[in-house]
This record gives sequence, C-alpha cells and structure tokens, in this order.
Amino acid sequence: MMDTPHAGYILASYLLAGVIVAGLVLLAVLDDRAQRKALEKLEAQGLRRRSSGQTGVQ
Amino acid sequence: MLRFANPTLFLKLVRWLIPLAAGASAVLLAWGLYLVFAVSPEDYQQGATVRIMYIHVPAAWLALSCYSLMALSSVGSLVWKHPLADVSAKALAPIGAAFTFLCLVTGALWGKPMWGTWWVWDARLTSVLVLFLVYCGIMALWTAFDDPARAARPVAILTLFGFINVPIVKFSVDWWNTLHQPASVFRLGGPSIDPSMLTPLFVMAGGATALMLALHLAGMRTEIMRRRVRNLSQQLARQDGGS
Repeated sequence: MMDTPHAGYILASYLLAGVIVAGLVLLAVLDDRAQRKALEKLEAQGLRRRSSGQTGVQ
Repeated sequence: MLRFANPTLFLKLVRWLIPLAAGASAVLLAWGLYLVFAVSPEDYQQGATVRIMYIHVPAAWLALSCYSLMALSSVGSLVWKHPLADVSAKALAPIGAAFTFLCLVTGALWGKPMWGTWWVWDARLTSVLVLFLVYCGIMALWTAFDDPARAARPVAILTLFGFINVPIVKFSVDWWNTLHQPASVFRLGGPSIDPSMLTPLFVMAGGATALMLALHLAGMRTEIMRRRVRNLSQQLARQDGGS
C-alpha cells in the first residue's frame, strides 16, 4: 500500500490532517467546557438573563 | 427559517444536530479512509501520491465554503443585524482558516514530489495564501474589540470585501496560466476523474463537510454562552458598583 518513494509525503499529509482535526475538536470541547463552567458559576450567584424572566441578585 | 434564528431555539436544535453531524462525519471519514487506502487505485502517472488528493481537495472546497458561508452570515449581520448571524460568522473563521492551512500544506506536500517544488507564486497558490491571510485578519479583528456586538459591523465589511478573492481562487486556473491543474470535478462537461477515485473523494468531502458543520454549530453554541457570560459579568459588576 505504501510501497512508494513518496510515502513520507502521503503520511505527512494524513498526519497533519489528523492533528488539525484533533486540534479543532479539542479546542471546541475545551472552550465549550470553560464557557459552560463560567456561566454556571455566574448563575449560581443568582444572576439570570433579563429575557429569562427571573430576578437577579438585588 | 427565521423562526430557527432564535438563540434559545437554536440551542435546543443543536443539542441533537451536533451529535448527528459528528456521527455522520466519523462514519463517512472512516469509510472514506478505507476506500482511499484499500480500494482506490494508484494513478497511472502519480502513483500512490494521488492519495494526497483525498485530503487536499476537500480541504480546498471547505476553505472556500467556510468563507462563502461567512460572507452570507455577514450579509445577515449587516442587513438584519441578527446576533446569530455574526455568531455564525465568528465561529466559522477559525474552522475556515484551519482548512485553508491544511490545503496549503498538503498542496506543498503534493507539489514537491509531483512538480519538484514546494511552492510557486502562481495565481491559484497565491490566491489561496491570500485567503488564509484574510481569515487571519478577520480573526484578529474579532479579538481587537472587547464587545462582539461592536466588532460585528467592521468584521462583516472586511469579510465581504475579502469575498472578492473567492471567485479569484476558483477561476484563477482558468484566467491565468498556472502550474496548478485546472478544475477536474466541478466543471462544464462533468468530472474528468475516474469514478474509482471520484467516489472516495466525495465520501471524504462528505465526512469533512459534516465535521465542519458539527464544529460550526458547536462554535456557535460556545459563542452564545460566551456572550451570556459577558452580559452576566457586566450585570454583576454593575450590581457591585451600585451597592
């Protein structure tokens, strides 16, 4: 399958694609987790969006 | 359609849309990789090096598709001032930049063994490099403003200005003499690629598109949360300042 003088170029391409996809997914997951945690922390203090119809901290 | 352009309803929808797109992406990419390495033949001239095509071409398509979607979102942001439109545009920028970078590097990795050079300043390669730089400029502009609502308008204008480059990338191989080959899939007269190579190419492109969709929706959801965090933090600061 990889019995070619250019196997290194092919492997490098697929490795780079894997790294980029993994990086995008990892960044998305970490960013989502960070924002979710920050939102939960603020809501735990009684803060709510005005549109949610609940009162905030007085 | 506009009914779904409501952040609360959008958040409900993405709860099942993201896993669906991510699952479709995983299945299609696994199937595509099997076709690429176990089924598709080597090219009679390029040998096994043609397998770089199955990464390079979908990356190029997505580089242009992400930008086109970003331009469409920018129109929504400028014309209707809809917050979801600029959330969509912002979430697309890093994804498009990543696919453009992948396209450029895999192009160099394909060019070296086939053309004998990593890079030439021909119209296609140069316009894709410009596309990457425009993506970087847009991401930099988003971070230059504290308030994303204030950033939306200048970013949308820059995005639409940068859209001029998209048809240049697409038609550069027709308008100028380039080392890069002309279009071989989306062209008048149909694809010039054999079905044994076209099928894995479309399967890989389908998988990459589903991945882009999953990342885009996830990025939009995170951006909505980021804006809520920002608003609540300001609300808290006002309360602390007032007490």
